[in-house]
Amino acid sequence: MTTITSQDRLTSINLGKKRREQLGNILAWLILVIGGIMMMIPFLWMVSSSLKTLDEIYTFPPKFIPSAPQWGNYLRAWTAVPFAKFFWNSTYVAGMVVLGQLLTCSMAGYAFGRLRFPGRDKIFLFYLATLMVPFAVIMIPLYVQMQYLGWIDTLWPLIIPSIFTPWGTFLMRQFMVGLPRELEDAARVDGASFFTVYWMIILPLTKPALATLGIFTFLGSWNNFLWPLIVISSLNLKTIPLGLVAFQERQALKTPWELIMAAATFSILPILVVFVFGQKYYVRGIVTSGIKGGG
Amino acid sequence: MKSSRTVRTGALTYEEQLGARKVGLRAELRRAFTGLQREETISAYLFLLPNFLGFLAFSLLPIGFAFYIMFTDWDLAGDPAFTGAQNFVTLWNDRLFWKTLWNTFYYTFVAVPTGVFIAFWLALLMNRKMKGVLFFRTVYFLPQITLTVAAAIVWNWIYHPELGLLNYLLGSIGIQGPRWIHSTAWAMPSVIIMSNWQGIGFAMLILLAGLQGIPQEYYDAAEIDGASGWQRLRFFTIPLLTPTIFFVVVVSLIGAFQGFDQFYVLTQGGPAKATTTLVMYIFQNGFSFFKMGYGAALAAVLFVCILIITLFQWYLAKKWVYGFEE
Repeated sequence: MTTITSQDRLTSINLGKKRREQLGNILAWLILVIGGIMMMIPFLWMVSSSLKTLDEIYTFPPKFIPSAPQWGNYLRAWTAVPFAKFFWNSTYVAGMVVLGQLLTCSMAGYAFGRLRFPGRDKIFLFYLATLMVPFAVIMIPLYVQMQYLGWIDTLWPLIIPSIFTPWGTFLMRQFMVGLPRELEDAARVDGASFFTVYWMIILPLTKPALATLGIFTFLGSWNNFLWPLIVISSLNLKTIPLGLVAFQERQALKTPWELIMAAATFSILPILVVFVFGQKYYVRGIVTSGIKGGG
Repeated sequence: MKSSRTVRTGALTYEEQLGARKVGLRAELRRAFTGLQREETISAYLFLLPNFLGFLAFSLLPIGFAFYIMFTDWDLAGDPAFTGAQNFVTLWNDRLFWKTLWNTFYYTFVAVPTGVFIAFWLALLMNRKMKGVLFFRTVYFLPQITLTVAAAIVWNWIYHPELGLLNYLLGSIGIQGPRWIHSTAWAMPSVIIMSNWQGIGFAMLILLAGLQGIPQEYYDAAEIDGASGWQRLRFFTIPLLTPTIFFVVVVSLIGAFQGFDQFYVLTQGGPAKATTTLVMYIFQNGFSFFKMGYGAALAAVLFVCILIITLFQWYLAKKWVYGFEE
């Protein structure tokens, strides 16, 4: 009498399993490829349209591949409205915000996460509570404050308030809480001040969190639309999203879609590049917040 | 000052760590500023100072200020006139407000479930040992990092009723495409499609990470016991994934409820206010009509709605989220 052990069962399952798994993989791969193509179509269409002439745009049925790629469209779009200014504004604002955030939020995160002082947990609770308040609630009084400071129609409202979002502090604090104490204690025993500990020991250890915060903040600032729309009215101070919309709203007998698509293309190109290089940190940032939040 | 000491599990706060004997602000402060602890306390406050000042000025202060503005009538030109709850009465009778609220709910509760549903299946497909997973992940995530405004502009062109790609593709298989963003019935679905195109990557990423967190042993154990693929999915994968799904759903709901960018660019809230969201309405009231008080009141309603939705999700979570305590 032969008994079927679980080992035998596992083996027979494995043989059939391999086949089924391979088949499943091929099927999954196929579906993902088709879905991926569908996701990419808007991008492809955008680039394809950007290389057409105005007449080609207005012919029906549309062709996917333009007969002669009009690279000049990019130059014409770039100069039609001052995109150079827009790019500079967006980059300047984003850069300043990132610098400010990395500095102040890491310092505050250090205080909340690794130092002891009265009121620490209560104050941090306040930070968390304000995270829940939607921006729409803040934007009206914030505008009033900006007007009082005389900052309307300057770049300052885009920079200063964004440096102090509680989100950055939250991220840094969460990360710093998890660091081991040994290095810190050793340095303290050797007589290092808290600032030295922060600067020489803790900060280098938090490079991944800093990278994540930096990338998130940079992309978020670049993408910001509502708040700049509220505070900026001069054409020269517009950021890229504002500039794109201004470009699209210009009146023309025939809307120059090929130029608009060209503008859209070179507007998203820098972010794509930043993302491709910083992908690791960006993805990790999203995932860790998801895992921590989801348990 | 008496403090009732009940038995608590979990980590002790800083205050408790210092000892159970002297509780009270005075004693605490005194302790914090004596001896070795003094340097730590002062350093901590110094580290915190810049961030906290900014937080005070640009997070706390506006919130408090908003709480005042919503009870006034103010157009920024003169002084605010205190009107009590008048704004809320106006709000209640404002048909446009209710339409906007409906639009926002319509958008949120169609876009998020469909998006998460599709993202779930995508994540499931990607959670396999095969080549190119990283490539797929990037491809599906790419729309997420595109500028929302740029994406909306491209979709504006795609949705063009006569010259756009979508109606052309539909026409080539014999379907007469609708007028998309220019039709009152199809405007909101148009925005939903575009938003989901952009947003699926985010949900998929988190769900994929959640899936990858399920240990392989669970699957093996289920297989040995004879569970089929579908059974494994229903009784193992999905229940174990519910915390992640919960997180994705809540975050997406909160974000969707505050939708503005794509609505402004794609449809400008039209046609006939069919796609005006609550945030858009607040924006119009505050910065086109300069009715600051009314805008603030609307924003308060927005906040309360989000709070209710979130709390409701937390309540429901006990029923369907695996391992949801408290």
